[in-house]
Amino acid sequence: MTFGTVRNVRKVFAAGELLSGAGEPVVALDDASFDFDRGRLVALLGPSGCGKTTLLRIVAGLISKTSGSVTIDGHEVDKPLGNYGFVFQAPSLMPWRNVLDNVLFPMEILRRRNKAARTRAAELLDLVGLSGFMRARPHQLSGGMQQRVALCRALIHQPKLLLMDEPFGALDELTRLEMNDLLLRIRGETGASVLFVTHSISEAIYLSDKVIIFSRRPARVSRQIDIDFPYPRSQRVRFTAAFTEAERVASEALGVLAPGIEPGQGVQ
Amino acid sequence: MTARVVSQLGYPLAGALAILAAWFLACSAVNIPTVVLPSPDKVLHAFIGRFDLLVSEGWITLKETLFGFLLAVAVGIPMAVAVANSRPLNLMFYPLLVGLQSVPKVALAPIILVWLGTGIESKLAIVWLVAFFPIIVDTTAGLQSTPKEFVELANSLRASPVQMFMKVQFPAALPFVLTGAKVAITLAVIGAVIGEFVGSSEGLGFLLLSATSQLDTPLAFAALFALSFLGVLVYLLVELVEHLVAPWLPPSSQRH
Repeated sequence: MTFGTVRNVRKVFAAGELLSGAGEPVVALDDASFDFDRGRLVALLGPSGCGKTTLLRIVAGLISKTSGSVTIDGHEVDKPLGNYGFVFQAPSLMPWRNVLDNVLFPMEILRRRNKAARTRAAELLDLVGLSGFMRARPHQLSGGMQQRVALCRALIHQPKLLLMDEPFGALDELTRLEMNDLLLRIRGETGASVLFVTHSISEAIYLSDKVIIFSRRPARVSRQIDIDFPYPRSQRVRFTAAFTEAERVASEALGVLAPGIEPGQGVQ
Repeated sequence: MTARVVSQLGYPLAGALAILAAWFLACSAVNIPTVVLPSPDKVLHAFIGRFDLLVSEGWITLKETLFGFLLAVAVGIPMAVAVANSRPLNLMFYPLLVGLQSVPKVALAPIILVWLGTGIESKLAIVWLVAFFPIIVDTTAGLQSTPKEFVELANSLRASPVQMFMKVQFPAALPFVLTGAKVAITLAVIGAVIGEFVGSSEGLGFLLLSATSQLDTPLAFAALFALSFLGVLVYLLVELVEHLVAPWLPPSSQRH
């Protein structure tokens, strides 16, 4: 069942609107279209600065689109609908709040901070292995732990949709793999739909039901790949021929495979 | 722990003692007249002997400093909120405020004295004037540099403007406000003394001035030390407030 649709979305930043101070208008997105079903995890994959982050913020209603249409759960998005959780590239925890109060921030804004909310926050923190850190300050945690708190904050109001903007891009490889498995486990338990922006090919394939591949700026959808590995997934799936084949297809779509050079024998 | 106390307190104390010793030796060896530079023991004698006077005059200066500072906070923070959140006000006044910050406001002291007389009102006005600018400029800067992700997070949850201010913008600006307040309280002491210099019949600044005019240099030095203690005291008061309202900030010695 279709949960979200993105139709012919185009975004042009006016001259000087971006921090880069470009002297002329910048076409960030040129005609992006795709659908996604309820409960699916969809990865948006593309080169850095290709506009996929812009698209995610348009889906969130945080920035306006120049033309096109976005619907989530049957509602047209032109301002935040308030029914999703957002995870940023940086953990973005508020230094003046401890871990528990950071997780409860959305409930305060929604005026639903009560005993049930606190219980749910404690459950979520337990789920990500941080039940002993409720009173800790953000700066006392490692980057991976902070991002786990941010994940709890995005889930506290039980959103149907989770929007994630390269959430694990700043983490080291091992922490990133751990976080991938944590995300899959959490999604299994909450059943939320997820849009996940990444520039890691293997992360996109490992996590998702569907990978939407964007071209360089101005971004268009250049290819959609369905990923059929059953959930729950384990890291072993990375070492199958089918996974490698999916990586090859995605790499080709991204234009990173130069033609005509045959690989030698890598490992004896 | 003990080693840290020794290095953090012991060394500065040893440095102060070295300077005092040099001062003492210079006075006794070169035989400088007391009216030019009294030796430390004479200053200490004046400090103890006239302690009641120093406390009563210091109390006046402390009141001028603190009330003028609080007035600057009470006016500066609401005005910073207006300047930070209104684009026209910002365009009109923020460049002016930043520019005026480097103007020596104490030069206005004689004029303020003409307007407000030699009572406490003119001192409050001068203290207010010097303390107001760091507070409004730093607070405005803080309110304007809210991390983008915090704003987006609150917007994604459809926060009201009041929620945005109370739960995001102001707490995020608090470190800036407190930095401004620390600069302001230091300037406030200077403002109070200048006010007393220019026209007053009480306060430590007045005492300093009248002691030098009577060639009672030991008393002038005692007043100078009392002023230094007062300056440190009010600064520590602001640090205490900082610790109470923002316990999450790392101690200022560990920042940057």
